[in-house]
Amino acid sequence: MELIETANAETVKRMLTGDPVLIDVIPAHEAIPTLEPGMILHAGPPITWDRMCGPMRGAIQGIAVLEGWAGDLNDADAKAAAGDFAFHPNHHFDAVGPMTGMTTVSQPMLVVENRAFGNRAYCAINEGLGKVMRFGGNDTEVLDRLRWLRDDFGPSLGKAIRHLGGLPLKNIIARGLTMGDEMHQRNVACSGLTLRALAPALAETSDNTTELSKALAFIASNDQFFLNIAMAMGKSITDPARGIKGSSIVTAMSRNGTDFGVLVSGTSDQWFTAPVEMPDGLYFPGYSEADANPDMGDSAIVETIGLGGFAMGAAPAVAGFVGAGAASEAGHFTRRMGEITTDENPEWTIPAMDYLGVPTGIDIRHVVETGLAPTINTGIAHREPGIGQVGAGVVRAPMGCFRDALTAFAGTLGVA
Amino acid sequence: MSEKSNLLQGPLKVVNIGLDSFADELKSQGVEVQNVDWSPPASGDPRMAALLSKLGS
Repeated sequence: MELIETANAETVKRMLTGDPVLIDVIPAHEAIPTLEPGMILHAGPPITWDRMCGPMRGAIQGIAVLEGWAGDLNDADAKAAAGDFAFHPNHHFDAVGPMTGMTTVSQPMLVVENRAFGNRAYCAINEGLGKVMRFGGNDTEVLDRLRWLRDDFGPSLGKAIRHLGGLPLKNIIARGLTMGDEMHQRNVACSGLTLRALAPALAETSDNTTELSKALAFIASNDQFFLNIAMAMGKSITDPARGIKGSSIVTAMSRNGTDFGVLVSGTSDQWFTAPVEMPDGLYFPGYSEADANPDMGDSAIVETIGLGGFAMGAAPAVAGFVGAGAASEAGHFTRRMGEITTDENPEWTIPAMDYLGVPTGIDIRHVVETGLAPTINTGIAHREPGIGQVGAGVVRAPMGCFRDALTAFAGTLGVA
Repeated sequence: MSEKSNLLQGPLKVVNIGLDSFADELKSQGVEVQNVDWSPPASGDPRMAALLSKLGS
């Protein structure tokens, strides 16, 4: 249908012409004025406490203690079960969060402004590896790190970014793709490039050498530091592409550990959900699939803009890390995703694939027709609360939500 | 003898564009088969296939 082709062209054009710039770090209640005490934003589509998975509950217990809404983890659990907290998806508040995706009033939020359209998107700061809240960790070590991010690192990082006048992100992604990143499970290059850009500004705006050293070491020791920046960037790029009548392009994919949800431009804010699938991956020593929680996080926003599993060909090292096969097969993933997308991104190219642009603009018609589900690179959380990451892998989006989306999308055009 | 008849005189080399089981059957008989990754449109779901047809995919 010509209407669909025209609408899809406009949707993808908006995604490709986005101009994301990291401009600040500010408390969540300033970034999102409608966010109030007692509100907890989480990854994925809407979900109630009784259906939440273990890591999600563990993170909620921890964040409630951190915010002072509960005396301890047991108290937080009881209050959550009693309905004392209001749960909402990050996506409903211009935000995203990895894995459990906790966002509450005091969290320091990375601010990415899409200067082509004037909108902003937000994501909390990546906590590092090991036991962290995004994987459901909630002990003293986890909470103390979050307090440091809130009280010291976040404000310092915001000051440095403002001093810098903002950090344009499109070029960092372009360079990262040439250096082996796919921006989901491998952010080594982009994290390094970001540190190179931010270090002078952090030094110039700091009056405490000890804190400066700690801040630089924190970024330098975290290969995934850039992931949360990439996620806020993805959200800032996809939001202007929402709500275009007749467009069958996906504008968000997200998981809460129980349900996988998809948003489509032509059906605006309506979630289409299906049970999440279990990642197929590799596990850290001492863990196995029996320990794993099903797929989780807003991080699939990077696949929505052509990165992550869609850019696997740029990151052969990731194929091995996530158990996706030989490095020589990495390009196969990217080519397959090219079958369900409408365009290639001419600014984000993969040298090892003869400068193929990353596949962009997931068309739900192509997904249903080919039976090829979007491929997502992901971390794997332990299924019990409070333990953390146990591996990394590849997961496919469940087809059910795409079939439901197609039926509803057809309905918006009077097609049955 | 026509070319069609000649086709079956020598060793067969087959390209299968269809169900995997077609290729598996030939392989079990020692026939060289190149199998194309194929599935029916919309995984064979007639309702989805009809919708896709109307939506121009």
